[in-house]
Amino acid sequence: MAQATSRNRRLAARIAEHSTGIIASVLFAAPIVWAVLSAFKPAQEARLPPLPPWPTSGISLENYATLNSFGDGLWVSAQNSIYVSAMTVVLSVAVSVLAGYGFSRFRFPFKDLFFILILSTIMIPFQSILTPIFLVLTKLGLHNTLTGLVGVYVTLQLPFSIFMMRNAFDAVPREIEEAARMDGAGNITMLIKVMLPLVWPGVVTIALFAFLGAWNEFLAALVLMTDQSKFTLPVMMTALQSGRFGAIDWGAVQAGVTVMMVPCLILFLVLQRFYIRGLMAGAVK
Amino acid sequence: MTSITAATPAPPRARKLTGAGRRQWIGLLYVAPAVALVVVFFLIPLGMTAWMSLHNWPLMGERSYIGLGNYVAILHDTRFWNALRFTGWYTLVVTIAIFAVAFPLALFVERPRPLTNLYRTMFFMPAVVGFASASLLWSWLLNVDSGLFSPAAYDLGLIDRKFNLLATFQPAFWSIIAMVVWKVAGFTMIILMAGLQSIPQDLQEAAVIDGAGPFARFRAITLPLMRRTLALALILSVAGSILAFDQFYIILRGGPRNQTLTAVYWIFNQSFVSFKLGYGAALSMVLLVILVALSLVQLWLLRKPEGLD
Repeated sequence: MAQATSRNRRLAARIAEHSTGIIASVLFAAPIVWAVLSAFKPAQEARLPPLPPWPTSGISLENYATLNSFGDGLWVSAQNSIYVSAMTVVLSVAVSVLAGYGFSRFRFPFKDLFFILILSTIMIPFQSILTPIFLVLTKLGLHNTLTGLVGVYVTLQLPFSIFMMRNAFDAVPREIEEAARMDGAGNITMLIKVMLPLVWPGVVTIALFAFLGAWNEFLAALVLMTDQSKFTLPVMMTALQSGRFGAIDWGAVQAGVTVMMVPCLILFLVLQRFYIRGLMAGAVK
Repeated sequence: MTSITAATPAPPRARKLTGAGRRQWIGLLYVAPAVALVVVFFLIPLGMTAWMSLHNWPLMGERSYIGLGNYVAILHDTRFWNALRFTGWYTLVVTIAIFAVAFPLALFVERPRPLTNLYRTMFFMPAVVGFASASLLWSWLLNVDSGLFSPAAYDLGLIDRKFNLLATFQPAFWSIIAMVVWKVAGFTMIILMAGLQSIPQDLQEAAVIDGAGPFARFRAITLPLMRRTLALALILSVAGSILAFDQFYIILRGGPRNQTLTAVYWIFNQSFVSFKLGYGAALSMVLLVILVALSLVQLWLLRKPEGLD
């Protein structure tokens, strides 16, 4: 009898627990799902309130087509965003792997000073130095170029990713390197052939953070990219949503938001492990 | 160069190897690209901000040295102080709101149970979406005619006629708070969860044996042992909120009636709309001092607990 009551109570507790979990999950997922589903409505329907969220008069890609007809089009901005994010990933990984290795394995003058200098940039908000960055880029002839924007984004990633890579290299036993050196491996060969496979998880983590950072960044892109053909997705979509291309087409906004969100969500779901790792590495510090 | 190497005592292990000293110098080459980027995109702009703040510096035309003129002007710039006050209020409210949601969620997903991983992922999803995407998405949901909230409330008969959430200050402000909590709570939850998991289980068990109730355990064990984690989550939330821009620019354009201009928004307006670059730089210096002060508080809050390593 007593056993049955306690079993019932445990069952009730479990039901309460999971209903809480499910309701909360639905609340967090709803806005995303709502936008993704609504984006597939025909333009006529997308203008109405999204009730229900799914298309009722047939699935259509009209909103994506409309989006492509605004200004220089969805595809140009998407290409800009892809280019900027890819370059940010490649360069910030290259620079941080080299620097992480340098800080982990060599002694040289000003080593601590340089390391502290790089890490301390995290204390200074880049929002407060945007104007001079604008002027520096103009001086370098990189004003209003995607390359200039990449330079800014890579620099923003450095404190986190160099810290991450330095720690990753620190965790590799020195014996491995000494053995490879005996076999006559030079510095660069050693780094690429011997060390890189060992710090691979760290590389994936910093690449993921670099992608998300560059793909989602808004203020610097808004300030530095003045030419419509150079707009990244967030800047282009904001111009559209502000009515810069005429009456606001909410269907096109849903389509644009979907294009902006889906790559982040897919990468996160696939590489979740690495994301959480990075977060913890940052948090534990 | 050689004199410096000679002056620096080489470590005993390195001295045995021929050419090891030079090999160590190669380290400079490895870190050079990173240092160069930081110098070009951080140090120089930082110095320039300070320099520019002492000038009248229009985008086109002559610039002139005016000493502390810009800073004096800031003292009389009531709209900047209003923006700063609003930023402070927003930071306070949103931080409390984020913690009020994130802490229960962290307690909920802390212990491994069936489906916990799924819940964590679901709660975390909005955090990987950018602030700009989230703002665009919510600007649609909040729209009075084509959005979700107002039409849904109308259809359900909760309101007699459609209500524009973004037309007046209070509903607009709380809509932004809701959006930010939705976007950020999962992130804060993961950090708090890491802190919760680092509390030794036997400590809790010992307290149970001693007859401590759940509330007493929370106060006497969980909270004190989570000090560093709480401080970290708090600082990330505060620093992020003080720099808020995207959501206020995209959803509200600083409105209604310029009541939701944040500090960064005001600097953006002065620098890139009015093109008063020198004045914008001076405003930036004020913001910078506030954030560096905050970072110092952060280092103090995050200090290692005494007695432990």
